[in-house]
Amino acid sequence: MKPKALVLQAHGSNRDFDVIEALTLAGADATGIPLNALRINKTLLSDFQLLVLPGGFSYADSLGAGKLLALDLASYFVDEISAFVESGKPVIGICNGFQALVKSGILPGDAEGQSTLTFNAQGHFECRWVTLRPVSQKCIWTTGLDELIECPIAHGEGNFQTSPLFPLSSFLDNDQIALTYSYPNGSPANAEYPINPNGSLHDIAGICNSQGNVLGLMPHPENHIHPYQHPQWTRGISRHRGLTLFGNGVKYASELN
Amino acid sequence: ETETIDSLIRTYLKSATDKINAPWVISAFVDNAGIIDFDDEFEISFKVETHNHPSAVEPFGGANTGVGGVIRDILGVSAKPIANTDILCFGNQNLDPNQLPEGVLHPRRIQSGVIAGVQDYGNKIGIPTVNGAILYNEGYTANPLVFCGCIGIAPKGKHRKTPQIGDRVTVLGGRTGRDGLRGATFSSMTMDAQTGEVSGASVQIGDPITEKGLIDVIVRARDLGLYNDITDCGAGGLSSAVGEMASKLGCDAELTRVRLKYPGLAPWEIWLSEAQERMVLAVAPENIPALQTLCDTFDTEITDIGTFTGDGRLTVRYDGNIVIDMDNEFLHEGMPQRHLKAVIKKPIAYSRVFEDRISNIKETLLNFLSNPNIASKASVVRIYDHEVQGGTVIKPLTGIEADAPSDATVIKPIGTKGTKGVVLSNGINPEYGKRDAYKMAWSVMDEAIRNAVAVGANPQQIAVLDNFCWGDPLRSETLGSLVEACRGCHDAALFYGTPFISGKDSLNNEYLGVDGLRHAIPPTLLISAIGIVQDVNQSITMDLKGADNFIYLVGDFPAEPKPVPDVPDVPSSTTQVYRVLHQAITGGLVKSVHDLSEGGLAVAAAEMCIGGRLGMELDIEESTLFSEVNGCLLVEVSPVNASAFENQFANLPFNRIGKVTSTSILKIANDEISVDELVHAFNNPKHT
Repeated sequence: MKPKALVLQAHGSNRDFDVIEALTLAGADATGIPLNALRINKTLLSDFQLLVLPGGFSYADSLGAGKLLALDLASYFVDEISAFVESGKPVIGICNGFQALVKSGILPGDAEGQSTLTFNAQGHFECRWVTLRPVSQKCIWTTGLDELIECPIAHGEGNFQTSPLFPLSSFLDNDQIALTYSYPNGSPANAEYPINPNGSLHDIAGICNSQGNVLGLMPHPENHIHPYQHPQWTRGISRHRGLTLFGNGVKYASELN
Repeated sequence: ETETIDSLIRTYLKSATDKINAPWVISAFVDNAGIIDFDDEFEISFKVETHNHPSAVEPFGGANTGVGGVIRDILGVSAKPIANTDILCFGNQNLDPNQLPEGVLHPRRIQSGVIAGVQDYGNKIGIPTVNGAILYNEGYTANPLVFCGCIGIAPKGKHRKTPQIGDRVTVLGGRTGRDGLRGATFSSMTMDAQTGEVSGASVQIGDPITEKGLIDVIVRARDLGLYNDITDCGAGGLSSAVGEMASKLGCDAELTRVRLKYPGLAPWEIWLSEAQERMVLAVAPENIPALQTLCDTFDTEITDIGTFTGDGRLTVRYDGNIVIDMDNEFLHEGMPQRHLKAVIKKPIAYSRVFEDRISNIKETLLNFLSNPNIASKASVVRIYDHEVQGGTVIKPLTGIEADAPSDATVIKPIGTKGTKGVVLSNGINPEYGKRDAYKMAWSVMDEAIRNAVAVGANPQQIAVLDNFCWGDPLRSETLGSLVEACRGCHDAALFYGTPFISGKDSLNNEYLGVDGLRHAIPPTLLISAIGIVQDVNQSITMDLKGADNFIYLVGDFPAEPKPVPDVPDVPSSTTQVYRVLHQAITGGLVKSVHDLSEGGLAVAAAEMCIGGRLGMELDIEESTLFSEVNGCLLVEVSPVNASAFENQFANLPFNRIGKVTSTSILKIANDEISVDELVHAFNNPKHT
């Protein structure tokens, strides 16, 4: 039975339809639900097996990228969201969604201020294609992915940094680094711009929670689900699609109940 | 001899479209945007606007609201915006500040503000900025040009334009304030040293998140059939939007109902304010509740300010008291036609001969590549989100290192079945405008169409938009060159079979210096083209693909070094060349295509080498290397397809001029330039 995926449409989300198309192609029954509709009927969330916080500029990124959406998650919807996360259902936050998951404390794990996504080291918004190496085997979205993923980034605040509360060593020890920026041949970016496009610590492009069901990442795999989206498809190159990552999430959701 | 022309637009632009009578044109010149057929389910709309004077006074705000404004034109034809294009014209970036006319911001400050304004609006509202250009000319120092364009898509047959008696006059979106007051008049008057102080308030304030709410609501309201008419609140604010929508039925509107940003606005200020992010809709009373729910869901405000009466009068009240009571006939038809005198001067006929510059090909080529008008714009394109909506198939930057300039962009709109695509390109050349407006029009039409064909557009289904930016039409020579440019558009449109579907003119782009001198911009015509590719998988890019492939020069290229005419003509075989090239592209015979424009053949070849990080060996008459011509392109063809390609071009002008080499060196006659040197020059513009 096709798992039902909820794509949360906050005021200012703008890659909602991109990820709905990706999830549909990956076998889910994906629908966009406006945040205000959820505000009126909070129990709606429990009818779904997969939750997506899409890319965009929720609330125009006032007070910092993802900050106000984070407040929604950490206060208004705290019970429903924590129930969803604790039930082990797959959750993915992309770009603005990742910023909201981090600033609400859902990532890396149940407390605010453990890590953050700050201004790009280059000091401006940037849109370019990157190569990602899936790492974590604990994360249900990236486990078993032996191929690299190539897709675009489009952000101004994607520089992932940790705090002493949850240092890099914790990520390494708990296998919570989901994806890292790498060269097209898979070798690590080693903070080399533009391979690591924003100065993120340890080339981190995405992390997961300790349970492994919640993934947050800055790049947009939903914008590489068709061959003709790759920047070098006219050169006969159309490898490393982002669809495999969504395939993992949808498969896991379908096996849940 | 003298001639009387009744309306340049009707005489030249609309008449060309009527004569071409293309079946796939759905709406031309009558609505907020031009509309063409896309497939059996969808139609594509396109509009390009200018926000010049606001951007001179407040660069960020002017450009920001330029983008916001053209997006609302697309919403005004019930379409969802899917791509933006921005063409920006600035003064020279290293201008000595002491030479700056009184009260004029330095070109560097104007550029940084404008680019940031375009970035802020396009990125935040989630529309990919995929096409455009940046030009530098000292004529734009006091009067920059900011062209903002937007493409939209909508299901066919859902756009309604007939308000009914009893419908409510409904305002959706932002609140009303004093921002943008007299914006319309300010945009068409000569600027001077005091303009900044006097018209500072005329520059509107943008808020992309509010307009994102408008998109979310209107797309859904359209599909539910909740409104009978829709238009955007642009120049003139409610006075134009409500006035035009009520031009047949008449209406009775109450200004105290309009939601204000702050109290204290006089009635005329409410009626004329050009506050942003507002749309006006005609909504049947029974549909108001459903529209209200939609607006609440997507954080958008809706205000009912009156009704369409059917009495043919525009009645506007303030707290019940009548402030406007006018007969529609007088208001809309009563304006006498302006009579202006135009003098058409013979174009300045001097011809440039290139011989002296060919002494050192390498140095000349590297200088061309570092010319700010040719050099890489990657640093600007990189800060624009050109990937959102996942439809960008041919991207603004292409090649192995994604740093070579695409000729045009191909978009596969999200949500459409099949693999049909939309092509977006443009053509602009102010240098030609200074010399011969008639031939300039032909050249920029050719450039826009040539760029679209170069990525795979079908030359027989391309529509164009005109945007004229001229000086003061009260000066007869200025008006004379405008008439010649319109005549050029008309003749070129018929030659190519490309109808005009919309356009706009911005006049009085002049600055009165303290020295009493009028600084007018070079007569600038932007042609924006929109085309269709049957299958996006057949579209093509300009980066070289493989060593040992042949390089062909297609089009009527001057073989011997005859003096270059001041503004090149368009060869008569051009439409045939484009049709046959299109067949070769869709037939899979071609590996890469790139058009010749500024800097001629040598620059085009260099850009292809940069794209593929491959070399070329060219055998070409040296003195024609930098000739600027129309109708010519370089085409890379693999040897296995060479004979088939040559057969298709049998009775057309073409020439095999060399081949691709794996040694990354561009070799022309006995000059050798490494691709690394080309890349370095291209990525390091030398601003003056």
